[in-house]
Amino acid sequence: MGMTIAEKILAAHAGKARVTPGELITAKVDLVLGNDITAPVAIKEFERLGVETVFDRDKIALVPDHFVPNKDIKAAEQAKLVREFARQHQITHYFEVGQMGIEHCLLPEQGLVAPGELIIGADSHTCTYGALGAFATGVGSTDMAAAMATGELWFKVPESMKFIFHGEAKPWVGGKDLILHIIGDIGVDGATYMAMEFAGEGIEALSMDGRFTMCNMAIEAGGKAGIIAPDAKTLDYVKDRVNREYEIYESDQDAEYALVKEYDLADIEPLVAFPHKPENTRPISQVGDVPIDQAVIGSCTNGRMEDLRLAAKILEGRKVDPRVRLIVIPGTQAIYLQAMEEGLIKTFIEAGGVVSTPTCGPCLGGYMGILAAGERCVSTTNRNFVGRMGHPQSEVYLANPAVAAASAIAGRLASPAEILG
Amino acid sequence: MRGKAWKFRDDVNTDEIIPARYLNTSDPKELARHCMEDIDPQFMEKMSPGDIIVAGKNFGCGSSREHAPVAIKAAGVSCVIAESFARIFYRNAVNIGLPIMEAKEGAQRIREGDMIRVEPEEGKIINETTGEEYQVAPFPPFMQAIIAQGGLINYVRARVQESR
Ligand code: SF4
Repeated sequence: MGMTIAEKILAAHAGKARVTPGELITAKVDLVLGNDITAPVAIKEFERLGVETVFDRDKIALVPDHFVPNKDIKAAEQAKLVREFARQHQITHYFEVGQMGIEHCLLPEQGLVAPGELIIGADSHTCTYGALGAFATGVGSTDMAAAMATGELWFKVPESMKFIFHGEAKPWVGGKDLILHIIGDIGVDGATYMAMEFAGEGIEALSMDGRFTMCNMAIEAGGKAGIIAPDAKTLDYVKDRVNREYEIYESDQDAEYALVKEYDLADIEPLVAFPHKPENTRPISQVGDVPIDQAVIGSCTNGRMEDLRLAAKILEGRKVDPRVRLIVIPGTQAIYLQAMEEGLIKTFIEAGGVVSTPTCGPCLGGYMGILAAGERCVSTTNRNFVGRMGHPQSEVYLANPAVAAASAIAGRLASPAEILG
Repeated sequence: MRGKAWKFRDDVNTDEIIPARYLNTSDPKELARHCMEDIDPQFMEKMSPGDIIVAGKNFGCGSSREHAPVAIKAAGVSCVIAESFARIFYRNAVNIGLPIMEAKEGAQRIREGDMIRVEPEEGKIINETTGEEYQVAPFPPFMQAIIAQGGLINYVRARVQESR
């Protein structure tokens, strides 16, 4: 019996020839990630361990991004704790304001993730890095503390599910729509415990940015990891970023899956996930008349270069509806700079939007765009739970960046095709 | 581990295990007082230390709060057997040293009140009342060690000190 890519990566890191789903293993991790919310808790646990040093100062990434630049005194204290820990232990990959970005945009960009690696992060969207053919999963702060001390952690080998996309994507359909389509199909607990493997020509055609978006939202189906086998695009992406050895894995032909789903891209149009679950998806042609107050373009789901280019294409030479606040947040400093060089920032500002320094900000209802009672936001983020972006009576509609931009112009949920005429 | 089985349905969430209104403390004893309160208010009066929770699918779904397995452990429950666990609950349970076993057949066949014995090293669940035996994946040694030490932090601390 063959193995899936997820099983192969776990086996290699556990020093075993093979692993089977359900098996509990201890495996060495290549990178341990924490942010300004989870790292402080992990640091306190770490201090209870009685170790003097971290296992490897090059293999820990600390990214204050949720409430940084500090939103209030509490946030400032948290950030300070992380900063002091980073200094004390001389953590190589600590990202201060000025270098930092949203963690899941930043780590791949900085070459901290390579194919075949095993990565844990005290953040549920750590699964994003599966786009590079790594096994990456979210864990708790206790796990992070233990891994910072020892460089290893226990894992339960997940079963795998395979999602195959056939055919060619329709205009304005991207990674966001593909993953929303899956979540709409299998539900928010449809992949609990599972590694979700994405394949088929529809995935091959996706850019790396689109693949990050897909793997990012594996957790929204309950998945432990999202994963895409590396191809030429992957290697091209890591070529100038990663300068260490790495291993390429792919699933065997006879690997076993708990479920295999095949989709035809001809059936998929841009989707919007209605409140308050990512599984409540509707095709953009069937959303009806939903006026909006705010549009957010950013986050670890859709705050990358391709996302900003798509949004700018729609916003270029147009004006945001006067009732709508458009907030654009590039995922990292490098993306910000590139967007500036390409003139995208100018486009956003001329259209009537604001552009922020990289931060999670509104995505988790932190700051920089909190909603009042009764307000609606179309957002390129990943969660539309009750109160996620502010007041419990506010609503978040999840969509791709082109739909969010088109909706900002129309003042209601709208398709890019409608705006471009 | 040996105790009486208390049965619960599918999808028991962390709010039912320990309601959010009690989260202003992280004292295990305080939390234990309210263990399972919103799904079975009498649970703490009925159960005796060593008893076993037997539940359906997706036990511990909902928030990632570590307080939930802490409350169960401090209540004196010796083991939780379920058809399946929510992923983060599973991790948290092991990390705080609460023995849990995923046993589909066992979870379905055990009835409330049955006397259950669990042998985690062998991966065996024995229903002394009916004489049935259910086989599950045994705990690997490191996981037995984590649970014996009372959780991941203690386990790592002990190992670190050993290696000095
Ligand atoms: S952008 Fe949102 S989902 Fe992503 S890491 Fe930040 S808070 Fe989490």
